[in-house]
Amino acid sequence: MADLRNNFVGIKSPNPFWLASAPPTDKAYNVERAFKAGWGGVVWKTLGEEGPPVVNVNGPRYGAIWGADRRLLGFNNIELITDRDLYVNLREMKQVKMNWPDRALIASIMVPCVEDAWKAILPLVEETGADGIELNFGCPHGMSERGMGSAVGQVPEYIEMVVRWCKQYTRMPVITKLTPNITDIRKPARAAKAGGTDAVSLINTINSITAVDLDTFSPEPSIDGRGSHGGYCGPAVKPIALNMVAEIARDPETYGLPISGIGGITTWRDAAEFIALGAGNVQVCTAAMTYGFKIVQEMITGLSDWMDAKGHRTLDDIRGRAVPNVTDWQYLNLNYVTKAQIDQDACIKCGRCHIACEDTSHQAITQFVNGVRHFEVIEEECVGCNLCVNVCPVENCITMVPLAAGTLDKRTGKPVDPNYANWTTHPNNPMAREAAE
Amino acid sequence: MGTTQSGILAGRLPLAEYEKNFSDLHPPLDKHEALVAADRCYFCHDAPCMTACPTSIDIPLFVRQIATGNPIGSAKTIFDQNILGGMCARVCPTETLCEQACVRNTAEERPVEIGRLQRYATDTAMRENKQFYARAASSGRRIAIVGAGPAGLACAHRLAVKGHEVVIYDAREKSGGLNEYGIAAYKSVDDFAQKEVDYVLSIGGIEVRHGQALGRDFSLADLAEQFDAVFLGLGLAGVNALRIEGENAEGVDDAVDFIAALRQSKTKVDIPVGRRVVVLGGGMTAIDAAVQAKLLGAEEVTICYRRGKEHMNASEFEQDLAASKGVTIRHWLQPKRIAVKDGKVAGIELEYTTLADGKLTPTGETGIIAADQIFKAIGQTFESFGLGALQMEGGRIVVDAEGRTSLARVWAGGDCVLGGEDLTVSAVAMGRDAAESINRAFAAEAPLASAVA
Repeated sequence: MADLRNNFVGIKSPNPFWLASAPPTDKAYNVERAFKAGWGGVVWKTLGEEGPPVVNVNGPRYGAIWGADRRLLGFNNIELITDRDLYVNLREMKQVKMNWPDRALIASIMVPCVEDAWKAILPLVEETGADGIELNFGCPHGMSERGMGSAVGQVPEYIEMVVRWCKQYTRMPVITKLTPNITDIRKPARAAKAGGTDAVSLINTINSITAVDLDTFSPEPSIDGRGSHGGYCGPAVKPIALNMVAEIARDPETYGLPISGIGGITTWRDAAEFIALGAGNVQVCTAAMTYGFKIVQEMITGLSDWMDAKGHRTLDDIRGRAVPNVTDWQYLNLNYVTKAQIDQDACIKCGRCHIACEDTSHQAITQFVNGVRHFEVIEEECVGCNLCVNVCPVENCITMVPLAAGTLDKRTGKPVDPNYANWTTHPNNPMAREAAE
Repeated sequence: MGTTQSGILAGRLPLAEYEKNFSDLHPPLDKHEALVAADRCYFCHDAPCMTACPTSIDIPLFVRQIATGNPIGSAKTIFDQNILGGMCARVCPTETLCEQACVRNTAEERPVEIGRLQRYATDTAMRENKQFYARAASSGRRIAIVGAGPAGLACAHRLAVKGHEVVIYDAREKSGGLNEYGIAAYKSVDDFAQKEVDYVLSIGGIEVRHGQALGRDFSLADLAEQFDAVFLGLGLAGVNALRIEGENAEGVDDAVDFIAALRQSKTKVDIPVGRRVVVLGGGMTAIDAAVQAKLLGAEEVTICYRRGKEHMNASEFEQDLAASKGVTIRHWLQPKRIAVKDGKVAGIELEYTTLADGKLTPTGETGIIAADQIFKAIGQTFESFGLGALQMEGGRIVVDAEGRTSLARVWAGGDCVLGGEDLTVSAVAMGRDAAESINRAFAAEAPLASAVA
């Protein structure tokens, strides 16, 4: 049995699956249910400063997009940080941590960008026995209009400053949560590191409007006929999150900085991918909000079974394993040649590969062979682009097969060069220079 | 109450049973069901389902229109190719046409429910009385159509779209042909056939004259003289005879008459049926008669077919349907003699058959099935009256690919032509294509003086 125990910046949990700071972690009732279901940890719904509670809209606060069979693919929200009294939250956190000492309990915090505000709240949180804090520099809606959330996360200097205050006023590990609503994710990560953060977590949600009501012309979710951008999450954002995690993991300046991976994690497979790209653990929200807390059981068993099958014993065996394979385009091997291959036994003859290739790509898949409907790759035309693989409705029916070195590439009429060669040395590159590697 | 008495009796079942037995065979999909079903379509390129449809409906497009919340647009996609798409959605043997071709069969042995989706779209549009077609400016041309069945109606509608004036002659009291008289009641409930006829005719420019039989009230020559073109969608009015002893006994009936009577009865309570019924034949008509006899309360219903299961014209689905209703299907049995008692059917003697050198051969072994009613469903014949010198072959009208007969300005389509397929949807395709051919023929001629002015 693989060992799924997780130690993230000194915070221990029985598995790497935490619930992200969000509605599922808003109060003791939910968190207790989550722990019973098996979640390794929770980041409590973001706490604000002492005073009159936050006010939420009283109409729809979530929007979504769906795939076939109304599977939820993308989700957004315009909910603000916790709208419960600070002390109620603190009291419940303390009790829950006492009830579940083996689980991780992190406090997410968002207070105004002034030193006193942070200085005031940190001791209160510390007193609950929480294992760490997460700085919410990510929420892109509502709070950002008041100079908090992503308004901080978009200014590296603010990040560094606040992280520094936190490190100064608490002994708890500090996780800095980053907003993806920026141009280069490495800048805020570097700033957090410069401020002394113990880890970063990402991504927070993405600015989004999920839909427009075509009867009322109101954006969705609609509040009395008007809408505001919300934070986008769910399966649709996973590729964006994976890239941002990888960018930080491979940046020489932040290399080795612990990362808590967030963004569309729905299955064990998603989690394993984040970990392979350098995440020390993962945080989940939308999948739980879509299917309930039980999904963690699929994640735990799936990850464990896969690790067993592959001979990985601990999370350390897989963490960061994909990071060295992330590179810049200019270093990709231009002598690597693949051709699509269609498994005729698996083919159901829908013709989608043909029409996708014919209309939009390289005219490299037949429609008829000897007058019979038959889909076959024309190697002379195939550039190995993978479009057919992606549009085929049958898994593994079309695969990309690499040509062995020395075999003839029928498209170019040349044998496949066995040597690695990239753009930096390519004759067509006016900037061509000696290979960097 | 109901009764199990012998003889041919109405009211065999308690009243409530009739309504239940003759309700919709495939209930309509509701919106949610339609969305789930539509989501399964892969939007194939050059889709096999579309190729399999005799009217070439753009199935991937209409299914996608349903999936994207546009059932009205979907209905137009269907009607563009098949103005009787509503009835075809109900009666098409989709399991041997579009749904058999669905690529989902290859991977999952479960096709997209194309027929039911088509019904969802067409029902939606017809319920809202959406009219998609308007007549072009009047061409001044007049066309006579004989037969208000699927071929004739499809032809008339397409001609009306082109601006021509149409007069349809039909021997029966109602329009619709087999849609009205020849389909099992549970496939077309709530008088759908008549609603569809009204929907088709509402384009205008089409006059229907009922009770007008070719060869009795007028001849083809009359029509050719009075009209610019003629389309014959006559269907098959005759039925094959058994030519065996006892055929004229009371209780030996044509299955088509039984089916027609059922369709014309609102409650079915008034339709008499035997206690023990034998149906002779292996096609859809045999199944429709046998299943409905069972649904009317017959105790025993047996289909006897003179060849094997694999030779039956009835689809696998229809055979299974019959079996599920308690009908027994027996093969390799041909009728030899009808046993008669007091002028009424008492049973039927059948002889076993076999294939010898590819030829159907009686074995000499016989058996008797007791019966008080026997339905003949051994095929229909074309009754050619009043057609003059029209070229025929094998008892059917000879036409070319466009539906042109041997006579100038006379077209034909549907079951009455050589190569007719005994399918509503094929008849629609032929009627529609003949209309296009007629229109092209007009266009090739010099314009009418009146139209020029």
